[in-house]
Amino acid sequence: MSELRELYQELILDHTKRPRNFGTLEPATCTAEGYNPLCGDKLTLYLVVEDGRIKDVSFQGKGCAISTASASLMTEAIKGKTSDEVAAIFTRFREAVTSPIDHELDLEQLGKLAALAGVREFPLRVKCAVLAWHTMRAALEGRHEIVRTE
Amino acid sequence: MSRLDVDRVRKDFPVLEREVHGKPLAYLDNAATSQKPRAVIDALIHYYSSYNANIHRGVHSLSEEATVAYEAARDKVRDFIRAPSSEEIVFTRGTTEAINLVAQSYLRPRIREGDEILISQMEHHSNIVPWQLVREQTGAVLKVAPINERGEIELEQFSKLLGPRTRFVALAHVSNALGTINMVQEMVRLARMRGVPVLLDGAQAVPHLPVDVQELGCDFYAFSGHKMYAPTGIGALYGRRELLEEMEPYQGGGEMILSVTFEKTTYNRVPYKFEAGTPNIAGAIGLGTAIDYLLGLDLQAVRAHEDELLEYATKEVSKIPSVRLIGTAASKTGVLSFLLGEIHAHDVGTVLDQEGIAVRTGHHCAQPVMDRFGVTATARASFAVYNTTEEVDRLVEGLHRTLEIFS
Ligand SMILES: Cc1ncc(COP(=O)(O)O)c(C=O)c1O
Repeated sequence: MSELRELYQELILDHTKRPRNFGTLEPATCTAEGYNPLCGDKLTLYLVVEDGRIKDVSFQGKGCAISTASASLMTEAIKGKTSDEVAAIFTRFREAVTSPIDHELDLEQLGKLAALAGVREFPLRVKCAVLAWHTMRAALEGRHEIVRTE
Repeated sequence: MSRLDVDRVRKDFPVLEREVHGKPLAYLDNAATSQKPRAVIDALIHYYSSYNANIHRGVHSLSEEATVAYEAARDKVRDFIRAPSSEEIVFTRGTTEAINLVAQSYLRPRIREGDEILISQMEHHSNIVPWQLVREQTGAVLKVAPINERGEIELEQFSKLLGPRTRFVALAHVSNALGTINMVQEMVRLARMRGVPVLLDGAQAVPHLPVDVQELGCDFYAFSGHKMYAPTGIGALYGRRELLEEMEPYQGGGEMILSVTFEKTTYNRVPYKFEAGTPNIAGAIGLGTAIDYLLGLDLQAVRAHEDELLEYATKEVSKIPSVRLIGTAASKTGVLSFLLGEIHAHDVGTVLDQEGIAVRTGHHCAQPVMDRFGVTATARASFAVYNTTEEVDRLVEGLHRTLEIFS
């Protein structure tokens, strides 16, 4: 039960119920769509990139608690960052949600994203947690196919 | 009719002894696949450890024994669905392959641009996509009979869609996403009156209802073994002999031929014409054993038990105010599809799993059904012979627990 409590902790539920940066962005410089066939999660990501920096970001879509919270937390984490900085955050985040349970994590460095570290106890839910991130990367790279986590 | 002795039945299924996250397993995902009784597991072990051999044309004893067992399984399938003859039973990998076989070997050469294939809004993807392939290949048109708010096909609507250009009808006997038992006998009658052949997808029917293909009057009946206590990778297609006889083979290879030269190949008779290559021999034998097992339980008693579970679960789950049931047909098998407030089905599934309760979450390979009800996913509990009302109680507790976490 404690794993469940950690998975669905306050911060996650807060972002699920009141996702930040939710909605469309007009005009966006790049957008991408993500789809997780496993649970039918769909999201569209909007980015405004200026001088290599993410000036603004938003997302829209329907998903489970984990994918919605992850997208919401991601938008907060990447706003104002350069694409290199964003790539570094993604690497750390991915490590946090996929590393073995006995592996020590530097949660401090992850900031609020650390709230999602509990996902690693639930391997089936990792895809939900990384969907927004993969979609963001596709948007930055200007890829237009729908990003799928399967 | 005797009452089903569930405690005894549970002892027949070794997997039910295991725990998940420290809790006894409550396996409520039977519409996806059922668990296997000891008898079926033993039949596989017995085949592989005492008479494993390739079938037909062997002169040695093992081959003879394996062939007899394989063909005996075909006879059991024939009796199980009351087909007139064993020649009308084709072993396949499952429902999906059976439907694709009919789509390609029967329908594709017989349908033209503008002709219509009629299916329904509640079909599993495996009874949609094979017809879409035929559509791409021939320019035929796919027509879809709608379902109402309860998840039922209305006969009048269905009847209206049967037109002068309808060449084929393919329908679920029972819906996997909703549990609806369709009025297939009447629908088959309406189609056959106009000379339109009908395929029934029986994947969700055979584990729960007595099936009589002659009474149903259908031309083809497809089902999988793995949802009715048999192994995966085996299923069957029943086809009326006249139709099977006039159909082209589905795949070419060994078994399906009588003689081969580079100039000319003569095909084997039905059903072997459709069984190219070494088949799933162990699977077929396992399917035969599963049929014996199921019939040994008494299908009436099975139905009564599962009805009781469905009724109890519907009543108890509905007491939770935020539950919305998807699929409330008057006539159903033990399938309970639902939404829990605004909580995503996937999250419900994760919490239940922590309690040892296995349910399915998602679109259940029936996205058009999800679209019809304006949802992307549901949680689905589906029952089998070995489920109990205590397990339903645990499900309900699990749902309360989920609500607590997400409150
Ligand atoms: C109604 C229905 N049709 C077809 C299928 C496909 O069966 P299989 O995957 O065994 O071929 C299923 C299984 O999920 C089903 O429930």
